[in-house]
Amino acid sequence: METKHSISIKNLRLSFGALDVLKDLNLDVGRGEFLVLLGSSGCGKSTLLNCIAGLLDVSDGQIFIGERNVTWEEPSKRGIGMVFQSYALYPQMTVAGNLSFGLKNAGLPKPEIEERVNRAAKILQIEPLLSRKPAALSGGQRQRAAIGRALVRDADVFLFDEPLSNLDAKLRADLRVEIKQLHQQLSNTMIYVTHDQIEAMTLADRIAIMRGGQILQLASPNEIYNRPANKYVAEFIGSPTMNFFDGEIVGGDGLRFAVGNHAFPLEGYDFRDGLAVQGPAWFGIRPEHMVTGTKAESARIRLSGQVELVEPLGSDTLARVAVDGRSLWVRMDGQANIRDGDDIVVGFDPARANLFDKSHENRL
Amino acid sequence: MGNVTKTAAEIQLAPARQEMTGPRGPKPGRTLSRRNIMIYGTLIVVSLYYLLPLYVMVVTSLKGMPEIRLGNIFSPPVEITFQPWVKAWAEACTGLNCDGLSRGFFNSVRILIPSVVLSIAIASVNGYALANWRFKGSETFFTILIVGAFIPYQVMIYPIVIMLREVGLYGSLTGLVIVHTIFGMPILTLLFRNYFASVPQELFKAARVDGAGFWGIYFQIMVPMSLPIFVVAMILQVTGIWNDFLFGVIYTKPDLYPMTVQLNNIVNSTQGVKEYNVNMAATILTGLVPLTIYFISGKLFVRGIAAGAVKG
Repeated sequence: METKHSISIKNLRLSFGALDVLKDLNLDVGRGEFLVLLGSSGCGKSTLLNCIAGLLDVSDGQIFIGERNVTWEEPSKRGIGMVFQSYALYPQMTVAGNLSFGLKNAGLPKPEIEERVNRAAKILQIEPLLSRKPAALSGGQRQRAAIGRALVRDADVFLFDEPLSNLDAKLRADLRVEIKQLHQQLSNTMIYVTHDQIEAMTLADRIAIMRGGQILQLASPNEIYNRPANKYVAEFIGSPTMNFFDGEIVGGDGLRFAVGNHAFPLEGYDFRDGLAVQGPAWFGIRPEHMVTGTKAESARIRLSGQVELVEPLGSDTLARVAVDGRSLWVRMDGQANIRDGDDIVVGFDPARANLFDKSHENRL
Repeated sequence: MGNVTKTAAEIQLAPARQEMTGPRGPKPGRTLSRRNIMIYGTLIVVSLYYLLPLYVMVVTSLKGMPEIRLGNIFSPPVEITFQPWVKAWAEACTGLNCDGLSRGFFNSVRILIPSVVLSIAIASVNGYALANWRFKGSETFFTILIVGAFIPYQVMIYPIVIMLREVGLYGSLTGLVIVHTIFGMPILTLLFRNYFASVPQELFKAARVDGAGFWGIYFQIMVPMSLPIFVVAMILQVTGIWNDFLFGVIYTKPDLYPMTVQLNNIVNSTQGVKEYNVNMAATILTGLVPLTIYFISGKLFVRGIAAGAVKG
């Protein structure tokens, strides 16, 4: 059927009784692509991954892996390797036993099993751990062994189900880099489920943001960051979250966004399909796209307010600024010398803004 | 020489250590506090209360009859004799048989081993299927099984007599083994289901991705992980079946009576003198199997019960 896609999901539906967990979902993943499924808990991202793996029976629709329709195929026959959040290593087996379990089940000859296990162990640098039991490994080593178990299968597709969520922050960052390197090295298709936007942004070729069993936006990390398809995506990506103004786009000499007694000029805003519209809308601007101090003087839109709260992070300083009874988060230089109570002018450029329709909350 | 060079931090911290006043370090505890006296006092009284009968039994079983007739049940034996033990094991009469408890012992063993193995084998697969391979109606099936655990045994005695008679197994050891296996099923299935449900679901998923099937996952993943619960099930079944009296007396015939029934027949025989020493020895002999099991596996027993109890 499809030749250029590694995974193709057509009209996938999954319901538990009356509850629709996945609703008519379509998704194509390119060969060698790193796709991240991102969403808050309960959005259906892990469910979708389990459907692809064949661990859940779908209610309707088809799943293709490679050119094969695997909708009714057993998980082991789908040509996938899977890594789980809890590592899911078999506790009674050694690391080598864990790695070779699937190969033994597949009836591979012993020398080949050994060769594959050694190759995977070498790639993941777990050779000294091969004879250990999982209980004698640290969290990072366990997850490496779990990745190894997927690796030995020589699968075209790797499925990761929140693999780093059980690790502490430092290890998570290290292993994130390793997974990225692994992908560069192996260049097979990877689908990675996470609720961590940093993992998503750093790893993905494309991110699929999910909510309520549907994909809200499927695009590159850059696109998602710069041009979120709707207000939910805009709020989900970015920390601290995007600042929103509730107002109205009005015409007159050049379009303006009217909020309270301000009117932001919208020159330079890239309307969807170049189609300028009017009416009630949300105006969103990211904290890092706000400027202060001398830069604010020359900004297109300027607001003056008072600093309510300062969070120094070292590399950056986050400040919550009260403007006309509204709180705005502003990200500024790490060494910015401000305190709560300071009067401050913040400025921003409409070109960096995001406008969303008030009723359907889609990007304008 | 190494401690001549001190880091700046050490030099700064050193005086602070000396300036400390007031309580410092671990809080001292009193061994003879009122609380400890209460706890240990109660424990000692209770354990004496439980151990005293056992003491009387052991002491009596080692006395000869003349000494017993003196009536000092707490006094240790003046002349230790093992004759009552020998008699209880090999010579005591029940009905026409005069080969002691040994016949009952071997009957019990022949009932026990197949019953325990069979019931645990079936119940563990039941529990595994119910926990991991949810099929249509599995919850209903489970509910029915659990209800079975609350139905009084007495209700089912007569129907089972008829059923065994119809299939020609009434009065045989096979029939009794089947009865024990069936009656062990609800509680054992519950035990295993809860244990397997507490095994992370992802482990099961990983094994499926690795190509293991129903039996592959059961034997290679689940069973090796479940030693504690198997030990618990074994203890429950061994003690339960060994101590069973009712089913033994109903579903078998005198030649095949289990040890408990035979013990009762020895102790309650109305002919001749009451040989208390033989009775005591026979009772201890009968209780020895469950006692041994508890001593060997007591720790695992507690662990397994707790493991099964956490998730329900």
